[in-house]
Amino acid sequence: MSDVSQPVAHPPVIDWVNDFDHTDPQWTEDPFPIWDELRAASPVVHTERFLGCYMPTTYDAVREIANDTEHFSSRRIIVRDVRPEIARNAAPPITSDPPVHKPAKQLLLPPFTPDAMKKLEPRMRAICNELIDGFIADGKVDAASRYSKYIPVRAIAHMLGIPESDSDLFINWIHMILELGIKDETKLLQAVQEMSAYFSTHIEERKTRPTDDLISYLMNAKDKEGQPLEESHVLGSLRLLLIAGIDTTWSAIGSSLWHLAKVPADRERLIAEPNLIPNAVEELLRAYSPVTMAREVVKDTAISGCPVKAGNMVLLSFPAANRDPKMFPDADKVVIDRRENRHAAFGLGIHRCVGSNLARMEMQVALEEWLKRIPDFRLDPAGTVTWSQGTVRGPRQLPFLLGKAM
Amino acid sequence: MTERLRVHVDPDKCQGHARCKALAPELFELDEFGNAHEAGDGTVPPGLEDKAWLAKSNCPEIAIDVIEE
Repeated sequence: MSDVSQPVAHPPVIDWVNDFDHTDPQWTEDPFPIWDELRAASPVVHTERFLGCYMPTTYDAVREIANDTEHFSSRRIIVRDVRPEIARNAAPPITSDPPVHKPAKQLLLPPFTPDAMKKLEPRMRAICNELIDGFIADGKVDAASRYSKYIPVRAIAHMLGIPESDSDLFINWIHMILELGIKDETKLLQAVQEMSAYFSTHIEERKTRPTDDLISYLMNAKDKEGQPLEESHVLGSLRLLLIAGIDTTWSAIGSSLWHLAKVPADRERLIAEPNLIPNAVEELLRAYSPVTMAREVVKDTAISGCPVKAGNMVLLSFPAANRDPKMFPDADKVVIDRRENRHAAFGLGIHRCVGSNLARMEMQVALEEWLKRIPDFRLDPAGTVTWSQGTVRGPRQLPFLLGKAM
Repeated sequence: MTERLRVHVDPDKCQGHARCKALAPELFELDEFGNAHEAGDGTVPPGLEDKAWLAKSNCPEIAIDVIEE
């Protein structure tokens, strides 16, 4: 099989409206003015890159597409240079369409309800404090690589019942799938294979010694005919939980801390009014939404009056929707006590993020514990903040100085 | 006379974001999948009117109605 294609060139973007590229360094660094430009041009824009791809730029257009499973399929959910074979990396329910989607989704929902998350909260607080213990005496820290990264990875490892100490292994697979894999399919396939092998070992162990964790939960789950799930379904869902649960929340916590490092007034208010933290989390999720999904157009249609042709991908930018000033007054400002906030950070429609309650709990706990112990911090002028590229946006280097400025 | 409010969640629109439960826990309940429905018959006890409107205006799926009776 020679379906692993050569790397595709990505020349710098000059005409954003007709040639957008979400992997361009300018987009990675500061996408907000680009989204404003695209939105001013049209509710839906198109690029010939990525074998043809649309992007809805308004909240309304994003909602329309998210709710239209007839013309827009989830069988491919990442915009890449290539179109990998569909079955090979299916991860139900995120890659499923109706009618297969609902039963696959319902299997995953019960372990992620708000009540289930409350039981996890003490472990999360302990993890946050263990991480802070590791650097608080140093006076400085890269909060992305020492704090925000390890909170979600250890949370999901805890839920899956796999060693929290394997965290760096998981983070490397995710980097290969979500970043390197956009342009290099071999990296994508290698990571998927390694993850499947890893989880197969854990499944085998549980066949003789069942455990009280998500792996055993999925092994024992029954489909709607009462049959156990096929092992490929279990493996796909496990890969999904691991991938989806980590650099997304890593990014959200990192962006929140980045904002609080730059805006002392918001930081001081959250320390004085910790009850406002859940509301602030929603606003930070809106303003710095980490996750951009994708759809594949499977039937010609029109969105917000713009024709959309089958065969193209769609970059479903919830982050851009959340910056639409028609939906959110002062959309470009972070208003931590914003009252009305129908943000789409966890998606809209049937594919609403399964882990949204987990992510919210992790963000709240991560900010609460950090602000309790580190009320004063700022960006280290000697360091550089760097951002991840592509599907999930968040800080990957976040150098802070801790304590009051001299 | 003050108006009486009733909340209602459209089960076909609700996707389980659970914003209503976080903002107005007295007025909404979640099922085993985390999807919301109104508590009891949805009647909003006096003093909780603001929470009813808040839940409505934070539902990403526009699944919540507040009915003035």
